[in-house]
Amino acid sequence: MEAGIAVQQGEATLAERARRMASDHPARVAAAVLVALALALVAAHGLHDTAQRSVNGLISGSYYALGAVGLTLVYGTLKLVNFAHGDMLTFGAYVAFAFNVSIGMPLIAALLIAVALTALLGVAFERVMWRPMRAKGAGLLQLLLMAIGLAFLIRNGIQLVAGTAGRSLDVNVTDSIEFLGLRIGRTELIVVVTGFTTLVLVALMLRVTSLGRQIRALADNFDLAEVTGIDTDRIVIATWIFAAGLAGLAGVLYTASIGVMTPNLGFFLLLGLFAAVILGGIGNAYGALAGGVVLGLVQEWSTLVFDARWKIAVGFAVLILVLIVRPQGIFGRERAL
Amino acid sequence: MLAVTLDAFTSLDFWIGVGVIAGVYAIFALGLQLNVGFTGVVNFGQAGFMAIGAYTMGILVVKAGWSFWLALPAATLVAMAAGVLIGLPALRLRADYFAIVTIAFAEIVRYSAQNARELTGGNQGLLGFDDDWAELSNTFLEWLEGVGLGDEFLLPLLIVTWGALIVLTAILIPLQRSPWGRVLRAIREDEDAARALGKNTFSYKLQSLAIAAALGAIAGYFLALNLSFLNPQSFEPLFTFIGYAVLVLGGLASYVGVALGAVLLWTLLEATRFIDLPLAAEKVAALRFMLVGLVLILLMAFRPQGILGKRDEMVLGD
Repeated sequence: MEAGIAVQQGEATLAERARRMASDHPARVAAAVLVALALALVAAHGLHDTAQRSVNGLISGSYYALGAVGLTLVYGTLKLVNFAHGDMLTFGAYVAFAFNVSIGMPLIAALLIAVALTALLGVAFERVMWRPMRAKGAGLLQLLLMAIGLAFLIRNGIQLVAGTAGRSLDVNVTDSIEFLGLRIGRTELIVVVTGFTTLVLVALMLRVTSLGRQIRALADNFDLAEVTGIDTDRIVIATWIFAAGLAGLAGVLYTASIGVMTPNLGFFLLLGLFAAVILGGIGNAYGALAGGVVLGLVQEWSTLVFDARWKIAVGFAVLILVLIVRPQGIFGRERAL
Repeated sequence: MLAVTLDAFTSLDFWIGVGVIAGVYAIFALGLQLNVGFTGVVNFGQAGFMAIGAYTMGILVVKAGWSFWLALPAATLVAMAAGVLIGLPALRLRADYFAIVTIAFAEIVRYSAQNARELTGGNQGLLGFDDDWAELSNTFLEWLEGVGLGDEFLLPLLIVTWGALIVLTAILIPLQRSPWGRVLRAIREDEDAARALGKNTFSYKLQSLAIAAALGAIAGYFLALNLSFLNPQSFEPLFTFIGYAVLVLGGLASYVGVALGAVLLWTLLEATRFIDLPLAAEKVAALRFMLVGLVLILLMAFRPQGILGKRDEMVLGD
């Protein structure tokens, strides 16, 4: 009897320790879970298959992360859950299509124009909609529904102009490279390198530049940042330029890597972006980066176990599971709740 | 170049069609009203509950050979159970997280409907669940013709949809005024205060979500009967968002507003048929949804309480 109680207590302390470990070092626990998952997959399906899926996961992780960082920057600074963010990806992709295919510019030029115009779109909506609504003191539901309305406007505006037919950028999606027995598309390689380079630059910008510090200050506490003399208006505009510009870039890179775009592409990606943002702890740019990569990896790994058609549902299931265990997201702080 | 034809506007056929779809959306939005307008629970997964209800009904009838009339209550219970199942973990979250999790849930349901092909028919869809209904509907139509009252095919569906809408509204309004409904409002206004008064707010929110799920499922049955066909595309998140447009057009925290909003929105949407646009069908569809977007944006910017809503009921979410 006494021994039984002792064992129970022992188990309780073990569980308690595990719980404390998970809340003190969430990133370590998440990394450990990922490594354990990877090892289990290597054991069950072999090194080659697991490595190939991991490469695929890093590719999709790169555009999830690009989209998610923008989404989370806007959430962090403005507390706006921007349902139109996915459609800004679509906008970027179609601008690139217009300049690359319809006008015949080189892809790199079309990409830069797409990023610039998407950034401009973000700033325009800030001026026309979001700033006046903030001034009015609009509530969560009001802003949510406006963002959904805006998403409808952008997506269907694109459909009105371009129709629903699938479009492709002028890129080579069939050519692939073999490296250590792993196959990766030439365009995919460019996409993943461009994506991660951009993300590293954004992370550095946030970390070391004065603009980056001000953006983080705003995300941390808008009112406090304002009274300490930060020109919040300027920083908000800068945030939109980054967020929307990254969305435009993500849209172009995604379409280049997948090969085809439709007006719905961003909306279908949006939930993945939300998943990445939440996994990383809403409002945390580094978390969004990590969340995007985790989501990409888990989705691609899942294709070893389930049929590939369940990939997207697996992503959402992971989102719900993580939230049950850790409501503030893997990298989120308790305070953020 | 633009020719406006008002022929459609005067045809009974047209109005019956609008009436059925408006009725479906109104029932759908009743659930959203209960959650968002009265409890402050931002449910974005209503299309998922609708899909669960409709598909469970379809599968029970087509694959398990149940009677349609027995499958309806059973599927409603399944949808309510799903509401409890998703609510248990998700209702502990902050409002914006909750919104995103419920939409993710609705998408999981839709992907399952698309991919569990043996059960749902996948993108080919599920047919043949509505024989019992068609029999009843035809008997009624024959009788109508017998007494010389026309042969409008959708008339029976219109009557039962709006009959159900009126009955459900008549149940919800007194429920809302009951002590139970007052607790829901208290939760919306200030959950901590409600909890301090000893109310188990979590349980109330869960009940609110389960009832909304049942209402979503019921809307799903009427949608299924209207289409005579279940396919995953009918349950996209779009449906939930249009439901929100219906809700805010009529007004938050008003059950009558929901019916008004549904009729107004669908008349507005179908009005694109009056204008003879030189555009492909997909582009006309795009115009309609741009209109939904515009309605949402303008309402939230200039009249967030909607037509029948009260300004002081818009205290949601801070």
